[in-house]
Amino acid sequence: MAGKPKLHYFNAWGRMEPIWWLLAAAGVEFEEKFLESAEDLEKLRNDGYLMFQQVPMVETDRMKLVQTTAILNYIASKYNLYGKDIKDRALIDMYTEGMADLYEMILLLPLCRPEEKDAKIALIQEKTKNRYFPAFEIVLKSHEQDYLVGNKLSWADMQLMELLYFVEELDPSLISIFPLLQALKTRISNLPTVKKFLQPGSPRKPPTNAKSVEEARKLFKS
Amino acid sequence: MAAKPKLYYFDGRGRMESIRWLLAAAGVEFEEEFLETREQYEKLQRDGRLLFGQVPLVEVDGMMLTQTRAILSYLAAKFNFYGKDLKERVRIDMYVDGTLDLMTMIMLAPFQRPEKKQETLASILQKAKTRYFPVFEKILKEHGEDFLVGNKFSWADIQLLEAILMVEELNASVLSDFPLLKAFKTRISNIPTIKKFLQPGSQRKPPPDTHYANLVSNILQF
Repeated sequence: MAGKPKLHYFNAWGRMEPIWWLLAAAGVEFEEKFLESAEDLEKLRNDGYLMFQQVPMVETDRMKLVQTTAILNYIASKYNLYGKDIKDRALIDMYTEGMADLYEMILLLPLCRPEEKDAKIALIQEKTKNRYFPAFEIVLKSHEQDYLVGNKLSWADMQLMELLYFVEELDPSLISIFPLLQALKTRISNLPTVKKFLQPGSPRKPPTNAKSVEEARKLFKS
Repeated sequence: MAAKPKLYYFDGRGRMESIRWLLAAAGVEFEEEFLETREQYEKLQRDGRLLFGQVPLVEVDGMMLTQTRAILSYLAAKFNFYGKDLKERVRIDMYVDGTLDLMTMIMLAPFQRPEKKQETLASILQKAKTRYFPVFEKILKEHGEDFLVGNKFSWADIQLLEAILMVEELNASVLSDFPLLKAFKTRISNIPTIKKFLQPGSQRKPPPDTHYANLVSNILQF
């Protein structure tokens, strides 16, 4: 019996969060090993576990996978969340890469200087409202299906869910102007595996706060 | 007969160069439309062909594909440069993602403020020699094969050759401690389609200069 995937990262959202959402959607249980000190990271590096000296790292199927996109591609393929053919996959990739660009802004938010924060938040709101959410609203409108690609749940829907939840916490008014996105959010939230992930007690973490940022900063310095 | 892929970008390397390499490696002819003015760019945006309002854009097989990595993955799969199974694919993805991280640093360098340039170049060379090149030297040493994955020419090989040549443009002796990478470079450069791409008159673009940096920052308005 294959062991559960083991996720190595800080106890924070960062680059591991999309991976939790995807595993959760696939109904896959996983373990987490949190880096709590610079020594923890150093040990992983010295043991040769981190191909490019960086986390996230996911141990699964006797491999030590690194590079967020590579990990997500693998999980999506393995659990049939990657469309039915190369063209579906191209669409899923295009959508998730765009979402990753937006997510990168969100991920870096806790690390910015306090005086920059308001401007960065405003930028996220602007890009969400004018660039990213309209694109996905149009996609949903164009085919009128329940999911973004191929009439089937995929990684693209899960990545979008992650963003919808985050943006809603940041500014609920941003979602209210996109009815199809709202409907998708409700629909996917009710899928059994996703519903479970959204409940308290699941591996889902609260947004990264100032304290965990300070802890992460000490680790990032190395 | 399928139409040739058409690439929309600036007349320079940037984020499109890896795509040109992949098409060239596959021996596929392609057309290019160069963005020279802000008006051209805005027209593309208004035409609705840019999902997130950004280039690169590649029209291929009836799709308008944007997002560099999505385009590269599609072409890699299409031309059988993506390994034979999921395990080979995840290795290719990891290697490519690492290489792309290094190449992104190089790509962004021309847009840095002049006072940061030296520091950036030093950082690129340091990362190449201590974080990225050792990994690939080790991979080649461990399996003793001609190519990075599965004893077969793949996207990972193309991406690594492109990265090696770019870093050598910054410092010609960067491979001095990496004998297997030197041999790899020669070997891959001699593959007929690659050899052709490396010759003058091909669609390969020269290193970016100030003129290119100004063109891009004017069109993208940053």
